[in-house]
Amino acid sequence: MKNHWMKAKWIGLITVLMVFLSGCGKNHLSALRPAGEVGQEQFNLMILSIIIMLLVVVVVTVLFTIAVAKNRRSKKGEDFKPKDVATNHTLEIIWTSIPIILLIILAVPTVYLVFKQADTSASVTEEGEVNPEENVINVRAYQYWWEFEYPTEQVVTSQEMVVPTDERVYFNLMGVDVKHSFWVPATGGKLDTNIDGINSFYLVFDEDSAQESDRLFYGKCAELCGPSHALMDFKVQALPAEEYDQWLADMQAVEEPVQASSEDAQAGEEIFADSCMGCHATTPTGSGAMGPNLTNFADRELIAGYLEHNEENLQEWIRDPESLKPGNKMTGAYELNDEEIEAVSAYLMELSVEEGSGDVEALEESRQANTSEDEGSEGEEESSENDEEEGN
Amino acid sequence: MAQTSTQKKGVGSVIWEYLTTVDHKKIAILYLIAGGFFFALGGIEAMLIRIQLAVPNNDFLSAGLYNEMITMHGTTMIFLAAMPLLFAFMNAVVPLQIGARDLAFPFLNSMGVWLFILGGIFLNLSWFMGGAPDAGWTSYASLSIDSPGHGVNFYALGLQITGAGTLMTGINFATTIITMRAPGMTYMRMPLFTWTTFVAAILIVFAFPPLTIGVFLLMFDRMFGSNFFIVEAGGNTIIWEHLFWIFGHPEVYILILPAFGIFSEIFSVFARKRLFGYSAMVFATVLIGFFGFMVWAHHMFTVGLGPTANAIFAVATMAIAVPTGIKIFNWIATIWGGSIEFTTPMLYAIAFIPSFVMGGVTGIMQAAAPADYQYHDSYFIVAHFHYVIVGGVVFGLLAGLHYYWPIMFNTMLNEVLGKITFVLFVFGFHLTFLIQHFLGLWGMPRRVFTFLDGQGYNAANMISTIGAFFMAAGVIILLINIVMTLVKNERVGTDPWGDGRTLEWSLPLPAPYYNFAQVPLVRGLDAYWIEKKQGDGKIIPAESVGDFHMPNNSIIPLIMSLGLFIASFGALYFADGKDWAIDAVSGLDAKPWALPVLVIGLGITFVSMGVRSWKDDLGYYVTKEEIEKDLEELERGAK
Repeated sequence: MKNHWMKAKWIGLITVLMVFLSGCGKNHLSALRPAGEVGQEQFNLMILSIIIMLLVVVVVTVLFTIAVAKNRRSKKGEDFKPKDVATNHTLEIIWTSIPIILLIILAVPTVYLVFKQADTSASVTEEGEVNPEENVINVRAYQYWWEFEYPTEQVVTSQEMVVPTDERVYFNLMGVDVKHSFWVPATGGKLDTNIDGINSFYLVFDEDSAQESDRLFYGKCAELCGPSHALMDFKVQALPAEEYDQWLADMQAVEEPVQASSEDAQAGEEIFADSCMGCHATTPTGSGAMGPNLTNFADRELIAGYLEHNEENLQEWIRDPESLKPGNKMTGAYELNDEEIEAVSAYLMELSVEEGSGDVEALEESRQANTSEDEGSEGEEESSENDEEEGN
Repeated sequence: MAQTSTQKKGVGSVIWEYLTTVDHKKIAILYLIAGGFFFALGGIEAMLIRIQLAVPNNDFLSAGLYNEMITMHGTTMIFLAAMPLLFAFMNAVVPLQIGARDLAFPFLNSMGVWLFILGGIFLNLSWFMGGAPDAGWTSYASLSIDSPGHGVNFYALGLQITGAGTLMTGINFATTIITMRAPGMTYMRMPLFTWTTFVAAILIVFAFPPLTIGVFLLMFDRMFGSNFFIVEAGGNTIIWEHLFWIFGHPEVYILILPAFGIFSEIFSVFARKRLFGYSAMVFATVLIGFFGFMVWAHHMFTVGLGPTANAIFAVATMAIAVPTGIKIFNWIATIWGGSIEFTTPMLYAIAFIPSFVMGGVTGIMQAAAPADYQYHDSYFIVAHFHYVIVGGVVFGLLAGLHYYWPIMFNTMLNEVLGKITFVLFVFGFHLTFLIQHFLGLWGMPRRVFTFLDGQGYNAANMISTIGAFFMAAGVIILLINIVMTLVKNERVGTDPWGDGRTLEWSLPLPAPYYNFAQVPLVRGLDAYWIEKKQGDGKIIPAESVGDFHMPNNSIIPLIMSLGLFIASFGALYFADGKDWAIDAVSGLDAKPWALPVLVIGLGITFVSMGVRSWKDDLGYYVTKEEIEKDLEELERGAK
């Protein structure tokens, strides 16, 4: 009999563990599957706090269950007169001091990590310029899309961010219209994109975890920002450092928009120039545009940040963006008939950046050059941003 | 004029009585009815939210409507349900507990309830007048300025009106507890519910002004062309977050402390044992209230306040766990060695301990700021605050409803139905919210109107929705219980639970409109219990029978509140179509009648204030003869 019990207990325990392990969520998405230094540190802190807190929960529950079970009136009888106890100083001291000790155990790593993870000093040079030695990405959040600017390389893209693995990547975050929050759960916690100023932090994307996640991490907006807040997703493509450099070089090599090849696409290119160009750029420059940069649109994984990347969805999106992302700013900005929409989508599907077209050495040179040129240009950039905001 | 309850009255005169009443017992019933109504409304909103989130890519609610739903659910539950329901019990019980004949400012009390009711109605009229607010119950400034239409105007004006009422009620209770305690009722003899009400009232006095200021700034930005939160014009949106949370965090304690008080009473009564560590409990309550003001920025760890601020607020937040722990352990020590009777209120109190501890420990987990960067604005947070607010406050309200029902209505709620509600509600609650911790850790942000398939969120969301239906079923059975009890109307006598320890249970039911024929003499903690054990179970009077003063009823509080209600419609539409207005309303048709409405409404309020100020209302005296007659009748009834 006892054996059966033991067996049942073990099976129960294993089931619980299985549920727990499978309960860690998806590789590319879950805070419980940390994919980099920052996420790992935060995960460790979570585990420490969970252990301490489970201890508290268990102690309280056990004491409490005993108290309730032992002191039922049905057991003690109607006539039992409980003894009134005013207090007990020893007990009071014990249950005041033990929590204090537990909290100190938690507070020390908390304070240490707060300061460690806020240290972004490496991302700027002593003169206050972007440090060309480090990976720095400027993130601008719009209702309901993301722009990613690589200031050193002067490359702009949107919706899908490319980052190098196993290196710190520094982010400068800003909201353009309302407050959003930048969150890639697998690699670390979030930071708000305020409209009042720039927030900076860093994340690390592990090569191993990137491989497990097919090199794509999910990013989300974590601050309510309007009707389509739930759909304001983005993707993070984590590449080994060399491939990352190659990608940047390829992007840099795009000086002219990709020329349409098919007949449909050529028609689409013209329509695009008339109706879409005002907001959407097709060269990787010009941060702070009205709409997402589309230079490498055909290479992306998703349409509108969350739909499968195919022509059908693209046409649906151009036809009626409101039905797919309520409250977006594209609705009503143009008038296209079905034929025109097909043409434009054919054109967009050709907007691909050829892999290996760029020269990595030239990229390195430009990194050096940009920084020496850039001195003192920070102020200019700021003011141009302000102009655009006022324009909105 | 007050009348004895034995006289039959017409429906009209009953309504008039309630519209004009300044009696705390009747105002308690007004709070209970209105708060209960808004609780049901917020509950329906919650159900719609859960239905929308039951399956991925659902289109039961549209994105915009969903945001209105979450905003109204949060705002309604906090401002229009939880707080007023607590006020109902405070009003019904605190004056009786301290041996007072009413609150210090009965007129103000009436004003408070009408401001709350009209503010709540105003806020909810938004559903029928172009859309409810949709910027979240926190209404962060950049989004609330951006939000088109009048939704956020309803939020700002509605909260301003109810907030004024709450502030008055806070002042009223603080004053009452300081000045109106019966002889012998020293501070350290006050029942715990009175203590927690006292601390909560003081928190209200300090916490509501920041909210009032924040909402005023929002009002002026949205309706009168100012630029407090408009960044292009030099404003700053982070200020709103600070003001909101300087109010918002103490607000959590304004809600939970009175619930703690109710539980303290219940544990002691149904374990037939005096509260363990009374002084430690009082000390912990005060400490929680004090710390509550120093931790607001833990709601803002991801705003980018910098590591110094984050570290300080992280450690300060952790400190709150200590007094809360003291309370939990003292409750356990209270029932330890007691004789526990499992009545419905006691069941809620028992369920409260593990549920609230769960919510408390996740709170401490969030105090570890770097880990909170992950939890923040995810479903983990949703799970956490529902564990605290449902597992703490709502359990407290349900416990209080069953426990104090005889004091308010002189009948007892059905225990069997009460226990069925308890099982359904508590089971449903854990089913709904436990799994949400994991959803958050798996990367699901909060306030999303839908989620995509293939992210591993489907099963957990379905479980959560099923849990919500159990909670709804529990509430429906509670309503049936209430209706049945009211229809049956089986009256109970003094001390219906049999183990009452504090003064409110010593009164005959229904309590006379003046509460105490003679002000009681309090000989120690648990005054009634002492008399039961050491005396004849009768409270010793502190004065001989004599005339005493009572306030007159008045319709002015309602009219004064109505003026503000009317003025709000003027303010609401004032900026429409004006060229200085924010984009959200500048494109709408101009409403030339808005200004006159605003002026007329404010005029009504100011005129009624004038009437109140210059027209003497001295109240009346209850005569010695009347009291002697009542006492005699009581004596005869007892025999």
